[in-house]
Amino acid sequence: MKTVCLYFQVHQPWRLKTYRFFHIGKDHNYLDDLTNRAILQKIARECYLPMNALLLKLIKENKGAFKVSFSLTGTVVEQFKAYAPEVLESFRALVDTGCVELLAETYSHSLAALSSKEDFKDQVKKHTAMLKSEFGVKPKAFRNTELIYSDEIGEAVGELGFKTMLAEGAKHILGWKSPDFVYAGAADQSLRLLLRNYKLSDDIAFRFSNQGWDEYPLTADKYAAWLSESEGEVINLFMDYETFGEHQKASTGIFDFVKSLPAAILKRGDLKFATVSETAAEHQPVAVLHCPHVMSWADEERDITAWLGNDLQNEAFSKLYAMKDKVRSLKSADYEYVWNFMQTSDHFYYMATKWLSDGDVHSYFNPYGSSYEAFINYMNVLSDFQIEVEKALAAKKSRKK
Amino acid sequence: MRVLMFGWEFPPHIAGGLGTACYGMTRGLARNDVDVTFVMPRASGDEDERFIRVVNASDIETVFGKVSSDAADIIDKMSFIHVDSNLVPYLSPEDYETYHDEFVKTGEKRWETSDLWSQRYTFSGKYGANLMEEVARYAIVAAQVAKDLEGQFDVIHAHDWLTYYAGIAAKRVSGKPLVVHMHATSFDRSSSDNIDTRVYEIERTGMAAADRVIAVSNLTRNIVIEKYNIPAEKVVTVHNAVRFAENEMALPERGVEDKIVTFLGRITFQKGPDYFVEAAAKVLKRVPNVRFVMAGSGDMMNHVIRRVARLGIADRFHFTGFLKGDDVHKMFQLSDVYIMPSVSEPFGISPLEAMRANVPSIISKQSGVAEVLDYAVKVDYWDVDSMADAIYGLITYPALAKMFAQKGLEEVTNLKWNDAAKKVKAVYEDAIASMK
Repeated sequence: MKTVCLYFQVHQPWRLKTYRFFHIGKDHNYLDDLTNRAILQKIARECYLPMNALLLKLIKENKGAFKVSFSLTGTVVEQFKAYAPEVLESFRALVDTGCVELLAETYSHSLAALSSKEDFKDQVKKHTAMLKSEFGVKPKAFRNTELIYSDEIGEAVGELGFKTMLAEGAKHILGWKSPDFVYAGAADQSLRLLLRNYKLSDDIAFRFSNQGWDEYPLTADKYAAWLSESEGEVINLFMDYETFGEHQKASTGIFDFVKSLPAAILKRGDLKFATVSETAAEHQPVAVLHCPHVMSWADEERDITAWLGNDLQNEAFSKLYAMKDKVRSLKSADYEYVWNFMQTSDHFYYMATKWLSDGDVHSYFNPYGSSYEAFINYMNVLSDFQIEVEKALAAKKSRKK
Repeated sequence: MRVLMFGWEFPPHIAGGLGTACYGMTRGLARNDVDVTFVMPRASGDEDERFIRVVNASDIETVFGKVSSDAADIIDKMSFIHVDSNLVPYLSPEDYETYHDEFVKTGEKRWETSDLWSQRYTFSGKYGANLMEEVARYAIVAAQVAKDLEGQFDVIHAHDWLTYYAGIAAKRVSGKPLVVHMHATSFDRSSSDNIDTRVYEIERTGMAAADRVIAVSNLTRNIVIEKYNIPAEKVVTVHNAVRFAENEMALPERGVEDKIVTFLGRITFQKGPDYFVEAAAKVLKRVPNVRFVMAGSGDMMNHVIRRVARLGIADRFHFTGFLKGDDVHKMFQLSDVYIMPSVSEPFGISPLEAMRANVPSIISKQSGVAEVLDYAVKVDYWDVDSMADAIYGLITYPALAKMFAQKGLEEVTNLKWNDAAKKVKAVYEDAIASMK
């Protein structure tokens, strides 16, 4: 019996408004409220709401045999609360079925794991607290931003008490090995790793509507047959939730595909569904996975150069995290709020200069004309935030005296 | 005295030093009893086939807004002629090609970027397919203008190489003397072994055909004599001046308490933006409470941004993109130090505008404006240590900054277009006399 593990990533960044030099020191509203609302509501309409309704229906129809896992970033939950509370309700309804596992991740969809252990743990704890207060859930499994993983990050995740973590089934790490088994972390061997089967995941996420693909059109039966043919013990299908209705529009037939998928898979007899934690618990790790260098699920290279690959990104990143002690010492919710949305990885992605075909998915909602504009805008906002933090610290000091 | 002038005027958003100078000069000439018929290119983008439109002075938009508000005294001394054309100042053959390609690709008659980070430009597809063709076409229209206005002018004055063929054509048709005005040379626009030979040829031809050549500085005059082989007795230096806007803006509210050091101009090789960045990094190692601003856009902008990021000073070094209208003035008013580190600057009017706004200025010795200013700090453009020293001094010692600001303001107040126009008028008289 092979286990099919479906996991969806739900995330939206808080997009910054056009923030010019002349605003520095005067204007402390950094967000493009109209754009953020418009995009969130559009995706809610085209993806989150119809897809959640469909999944809820499928879970009920299959009486416990169909299961999925999600992770929702703190920033997307903040936006649900501000612009589309009914989406949050529909996620709660899914969680209440008992067939949906919520995973922990960084609160801001941040790159904190690449900054320091301290920053990383801060972000994870904040996210875990959010899951508790919004869904009443204590997560057992973890997925890092963009599936960024290394032995060291795995160790930190283990220290935070998680039993399972997701990672990319990257060829350069696996070599001849297959992603379709459970692995153990190198530094912390009690940590179980589920590796994404990128071929089968991308068949849905990227190739589903590609009419030039020789397997087009993809039907649920054909796809289920591929899953049966796979020779491992688990099949990890991880993808962005926006795949359904947004990257693959409703007109491509993606919702019909999803509608027939559980039945097509279950009727084969050799496949069953499980959540992330169940999948990890049901199978013994077959080997230790060594990953001394950082990898991710992005781009052909499966590395982190999409976020920290050029001077602009490195500068913005180091200037941001240089502020951490000051922001922390303020202990103010307002400053924490800005600090959190400034950490979101998307800001750094907009500054990438490595645009090849891989840029397509992420440039989808890129508000900037060039990486240089993205950098300037981000640094202007960060400069104002620096000034505000300094002012607040000075005020705090003088109060103490 | 009546002059037919091929000059530059344009709406506020694409103002550069050349347009500012032309505008100041024509006003000065009008006050010196010179009647100016001002011919200017402008891509209207509409479909009618007229090449030329005579425009009322009150309809002319300038860098300072509508002329009519404070120009009652010069309106009867000036008339304006618009020639529909894609020519704008500082246009290189390569730029023109880019715009033209864009036109061919999009098929739009009128093309304009709305990008904050680059200048706006209206391009109309019905004119020349490349810049040289357009320069020639403009000359044909100029000849027609000169013929139509026969007997209504005594001298022809052409600004910048793009209009030199027009000036020559007008001279041939009318037999009147030609004065060409060198605001910049090919050698300023690029390093000397890499100049555009087509542009150089037009500049040389224009100056050779002219009866007198006006250079904006002795620096430029020397280049004209040495590198274009123009007889020295034909070349006269007339320095630019600065115009005081009648209604000064209120001081904008400062957002930051740090000192602000500003570079404002096109971000191109000629303007030396790299040296400013290196000097900024040196100053920031010593003093924390200072911010640097680079206002403008240009082909070196991305390179400069990368360098700033690499030096790790991006939270103290800001980019505004291209500034227009009131934002330019606002930027001056927000500044504590202005810097113009040009590698080669025929004149350089922007430090005068900074000083007019009470901002002490640092200018490169390789600029024409250095010839007329005593109360500006002068450094070699490549000497980033001296540049850093000067910035440090001006932001650290208030007495020094105050002295430069006060004396500098007095100094630029005495640089009047009236006086410059008097010299230009004398050149006209000289040119007319030489024809007899």
